[in-house]
Amino acid sequence: MKNLMRYLGMRLLLTIPMLLILLTVVFIVMRVIPGDPVSAMLGDHAPVKFVAEKKHELGLDKPIWEQYIDYLAQLSRFDLGRSMILQEAVTAPILEKLPATIELTLTGLLVALGIGIPLGAWAAKNRRSVGDFTARLYGNIVYCIPFFWMGLILQMIFGVAFDWLPIAGRVGSRVMSSDFDQTGFYLVDTLLKADLKAFTDVAIHLILPALTLGITLSGIFLRLTRANMLDSLKSDFVLAARARGLPEGKVVYGHALGNAFVPVLTMLGLQFAVLLSGAILTETTFSWPGMGRLLLERIYLRDYPTVQGIIVIFALFVSVISLLVDIIHALIDPRVKY
Amino acid sequence: MKNTRVSQLPPSPGGLLNRALHAFSTAGKTYGAEWYILLVGLFIVVFMIFMTAFPWLFTSFNPSDQDAGPQLAAPGGIHLMGTDNLGRDIWARMVWGAQTILGVAFAAALISSLIGIPLGLLSGFVGGPLDRVLSLTMDSVYSFPGLILAIAFAAMMGPGVVNITLAVAVIYIPTYYRLVRGQTISIREELYVEAAQVLGAKRWTILGRYIFPNVIATTVVVFSVNIADAIMTEAALSYIGLGLPAGMPDWGMDLSMGKKFLPSGSWWLITFPGMMIMTLALGFTLLGEGLAEILNPKLLER
Amino acid sequence: MSEPLLKIEELCIDYPIALGTVRAVRGVSLEVQGGETLGIVGESGSGKSTLGLAILRLVRAPGRITAGRVLFEGKDLASVPEDQMREVRGKDIAMVFQNPLTSLNPLMRIDRHFLEVLGTHKPELKKPEALKLVREILTDLGIEENRMGAFPHQLSGGMRQRIMIGLGLVLRPKLVICDEPTTALDVIVEAGFIDLLKRLQKEFALTIVVITHNLGLVAELADRIAVMYAGQIVENAPAEAVFHQPLHPYTQGLIACVPNIDVEQETLTTMDGSPPGLVDPPPGCSFAPRCPLAMGRCREQEPPLLEHRPGHWAACWRINNE
Repeated sequence: MKNLMRYLGMRLLLTIPMLLILLTVVFIVMRVIPGDPVSAMLGDHAPVKFVAEKKHELGLDKPIWEQYIDYLAQLSRFDLGRSMILQEAVTAPILEKLPATIELTLTGLLVALGIGIPLGAWAAKNRRSVGDFTARLYGNIVYCIPFFWMGLILQMIFGVAFDWLPIAGRVGSRVMSSDFDQTGFYLVDTLLKADLKAFTDVAIHLILPALTLGITLSGIFLRLTRANMLDSLKSDFVLAARARGLPEGKVVYGHALGNAFVPVLTMLGLQFAVLLSGAILTETTFSWPGMGRLLLERIYLRDYPTVQGIIVIFALFVSVISLLVDIIHALIDPRVKY
Repeated sequence: MKNTRVSQLPPSPGGLLNRALHAFSTAGKTYGAEWYILLVGLFIVVFMIFMTAFPWLFTSFNPSDQDAGPQLAAPGGIHLMGTDNLGRDIWARMVWGAQTILGVAFAAALISSLIGIPLGLLSGFVGGPLDRVLSLTMDSVYSFPGLILAIAFAAMMGPGVVNITLAVAVIYIPTYYRLVRGQTISIREELYVEAAQVLGAKRWTILGRYIFPNVIATTVVVFSVNIADAIMTEAALSYIGLGLPAGMPDWGMDLSMGKKFLPSGSWWLITFPGMMIMTLALGFTLLGEGLAEILNPKLLER
Repeated sequence: MSEPLLKIEELCIDYPIALGTVRAVRGVSLEVQGGETLGIVGESGSGKSTLGLAILRLVRAPGRITAGRVLFEGKDLASVPEDQMREVRGKDIAMVFQNPLTSLNPLMRIDRHFLEVLGTHKPELKKPEALKLVREILTDLGIEENRMGAFPHQLSGGMRQRIMIGLGLVLRPKLVICDEPTTALDVIVEAGFIDLLKRLQKEFALTIVVITHNLGLVAELADRIAVMYAGQIVENAPAEAVFHQPLHPYTQGLIACVPNIDVEQETLTTMDGSPPGLVDPPPGCSFAPRCPLAMGRCREQEPPLLEHRPGHWAACWRINNE
């Protein structure tokens, strides 16, 4: 256990430089490149005095190095500043909308894994069969479907043509979302309040958005799993397992898939980035009240500090996820030394 | 005597065609399905490029003409894909929109590669602290969701073709960098490079003659897949409204506009632009992957 | 003589690939008596490993058995249904592979490896009994009990190979096939392996088939040696005879190539040329292109495997002429 803690500590230490670089990149994109972020956001028609005021407020008239230090100092205090347009701290809307995005992202990920991994394993087992080619074609095609188009098509079929599923929002009109505010994860909250009707309503609203994310992403996992399974199936221990008379199912889905899963898991971290991008697009399409929609809203509102804050949160999110994936990998694979 | 005369004749067109077909099917037998997949991708790409270069051959309508037909006309008749809410012919918008999306994607991929490849070569070849810093930076950017970075970029830079192209280009630089750097490092370690160095080859010679040609093959593959990705990113940016100014026909933007008319049943507004995006991206993906399978004999096992 | 435990009759294995069909094993026939150790020697590509895998019907696709029979205790393993084959694997016939590190599942502990095999073939065995069996066999192999929960990469190469043997023997099979069992081991561990195998053979009355290119290994272990070349058996004789009176020019060449520590040699003896490609094997004897004794008939007609001396078989036209 002590070793694990030390390993964790080391990974954390390594995460910090990456996080720092990410935050610096964000800084460069948000402040250095546009030259004058306030004018960039407010446009040419904003009154000069107003722009100058705002610039001073945000400390943008200081030299760039000072701004950078201030930026990092502020972040280390977990202070994301105040909104330029609305009277609130930047963290307020973020905390409100973050659970919605996480709920959507996790559900989408589960769908993607649930479709991609079994299909990928099966395709590898039945290599060069019609099923394999179909699966590979599926993988290729689905990857080229824009998230938002997938969402629109699903809406078209299940929401408009057959009026089976809702195409917007997290809850229906008969459920008061303010009733479920403990964690912000509606699936959890409705269960905590033992409100089965509300739970069903929330779950139904999750279906199409989760499918949008999940189906589009399943292609990548299918291909990853298939590729790793092909390697796995060729390996010596699979042959040795067969030579011991183990049933084929156990050999393929136990031994081979178990080993193929590890590299797929390590790729999960990278795929998470794609997942987040997809989440933004899905939120736009389904009017999902999450971080993605918040980001776009605030861009339209020209609320520069909030936009920056949201991007910083995304950077943090990505770093945390890659750290988590590293830790899970260490726990699962006995070959990792700690 | 007769034989000499026959051999003096130019090769008959039939003969050439036969030989071409023979080479075709041999390639198919050798590489299997991958060859045909490559061909499908190639066909799509060539078709699309053709459409981009000669749009007037595909449609007689002007994509911005709001009087091309009745508003929200269903597909059929002269309007193959129907008309949108402003009365514009959708097929025309698809045809002319190809220039927009392909232009941005291609330019972005080009810029990305022109920055990423040299940096990767340099980093991998020279090593040292420069390599470490650059590597870490590129890895960090690579792990960040590309679309979000592009959104941030586009939001701060403002609308415009150049800005959008740069926004899309920036997120792919690490892809080329990592690929080229990895290859450079592994080739650099090869025995034949060491041998060349012992014989006194200059650094530039090694870079140019040993490393670069080996790297180029995989780069071409990545370039194709990169274009597919760039297409998706450009479409996404347009969809959320951070894309190009309203003047140019854009598939992503059409999707976002058409979204509003979905509940009322005008399905053709969103179906066709999406299909075009998918097909174009698919074409480049299949082309890239098909090339990869063929250029790398190891992958042939799959 | 009693019925052989294993009898291979005119076995043919083909690999259809894009460039043509590779005839990896071409009409191989041999017998193994119960309690005997047969060594199958040959260079890389001779088909010996494929032959070994074929006994358990584990030839990797697209390779398949196209002709012949593999008779084990009278049953033709080449044609039994798959579930019957699976019962034979691990229980009646076991296989020990070349690389013990890659032949064990890196994510599974050693005890689970054993419990899995036991669970498959003896499902009636309860866990505590199964564990007792595992402990017994590990002790027999000289592996401490506390290593039972270890993962493969945590053990030494020698230990891993012993575990491989253990996994093969836990169900007391009648036949054990060893495919290059010591190639991945250093010489000292190899010596230990040989001793272990000999002891286990006596203890469990095993019949062993050792497939290797290492003549030294078969010299120590084998009662009888079959020499394979280009997918065919060219010589099959008691071990002594193979080393001291080899009949086939290829075998003679092989023996001559082994450096002798007692004789002063300045250069190493080699055999020129390489084995023929097996996509379209040339007519006649496959060794003819390299054979110093080749004559016209050798290149036209394939010599049959004949019993030129009692118990000593060889496939060569030259022998008849002597």
